[in-house]
Amino acid sequence: MALPRTPSQTVGPYLALGITGEDGPEVVPDGTPGSIWIRGRVLDGNGVPVPDGLIETWQADENGRFAHPEARARGETSFRGFGRCPTDPGGHFGIRTVKPGAVPAPVGGPQAPHIDVAVFARGILTRLVTRIYFADEVEANDADPVLRSLPDAMRRRTLLAIRAGDGYAWDIHLQGPDETVFFDV
Amino acid sequence: MADRPLGEYRRDSHVDPPNDFPAYHGSQYRAPRLPPILLPQSLTELTGPLLGPGRVEPGDADLTAGGRGAPIGERVIVHGRVVDSDGRAVRDSLIEIWQANAAGRYAHQVDDHDAPLDPNFRGIGRVVTGADGRYRFLTIKPGAYPWRNHRNAWRPAHIHFSIFGDAFPQRLVTQMYFPGDPLFGQDPIFNSVPDPRGRERLVSTLDLEAAIPEYSLAFRFDIVLRGREATPFEREDHD
Repeated sequence: MALPRTPSQTVGPYLALGITGEDGPEVVPDGTPGSIWIRGRVLDGNGVPVPDGLIETWQADENGRFAHPEARARGETSFRGFGRCPTDPGGHFGIRTVKPGAVPAPVGGPQAPHIDVAVFARGILTRLVTRIYFADEVEANDADPVLRSLPDAMRRRTLLAIRAGDGYAWDIHLQGPDETVFFDV
Repeated sequence: MADRPLGEYRRDSHVDPPNDFPAYHGSQYRAPRLPPILLPQSLTELTGPLLGPGRVEPGDADLTAGGRGAPIGERVIVHGRVVDSDGRAVRDSLIEIWQANAAGRYAHQVDDHDAPLDPNFRGIGRVVTGADGRYRFLTIKPGAYPWRNHRNAWRPAHIHFSIFGDAFPQRLVTQMYFPGDPLFGQDPIFNSVPDPRGRERLVSTLDLEAAIPEYSLAFRFDIVLRGREATPFEREDHD
């Protein structure tokens, strides 16, 4: 008999207070070979920027390894894998990282390079989960079991980060005609 | 960890508030309208950031310290245990808290509530759970504060909690409340939790055993994160 779980609540408007320390938007140090900035905005259903949000990212290293005992069989890595960035008054966020390697899928696979993303904000009672894929990984994306499982192929593009500037551009639309695909994880 | 492979983190999202909850007006343009897509848990989800030892200083769990004097308000110990839904201790895991001061004001530039700031209280704490999943903070009981959700809307006194756990699905951000608060009935955030028993699990309990006589009351807040299915999913090929 499982214990009943503690429910989620919103981070509220003052979440920046909780974010201190070294675990910020720089997943890899400046100057890391192959490093990219993934930049974007969080937008609400009216297209208005969300200035009081937070995104968190989790991903494998360039060889598809995770710094976690569950993935030890794939080899050790010291790659931090975790990034987080509060949104600014314009709704912008940015994460400096490297493009992850392929990771096996529970069924089918391998999966295309991807980054798990959690979105928190005032007005969001339970965190939203989505993924970043990379638009320039055409073949891998076409074979990816998660992208292939989407019931509406048109919405797939909401998960694709586009080459831009010093890395990739990828916006999150919480609602509206371009609503991002969110996952039940 | 376990000798045998474990399955997915248990899917129990019915416990959490639905994001589309009209009584909470802040959700109106921020709640997705389309249902979420089921994501099979792969290694990306069976892992997660292990933020633990080395991330906090001993004083980080004492929110009453660090100022030039003592903060105003009622000192309280807040403590408890973090376990998963199978009762396993969640050890070496970072907990972050943030809260208003005793007057109901956050030390945050966006908070314009007409209540005094306390120069001796920032309202931020961090702690890492011990080997048995236990944690403990010393802080000031936060005050209730008004917001603009509806006429005479006041948030019940609460402390925000952020817990990482051992893997991406265990990540939890929630709020802890104090027992018997008369503001519960009118608060849409508290009442967004669908099951009344779920709401009760967000309410701490008075714990006189843990109180310090002549110094501080104590409240206990135990946290349960998602556990794992006993059997792994079948790994099979398909095209």
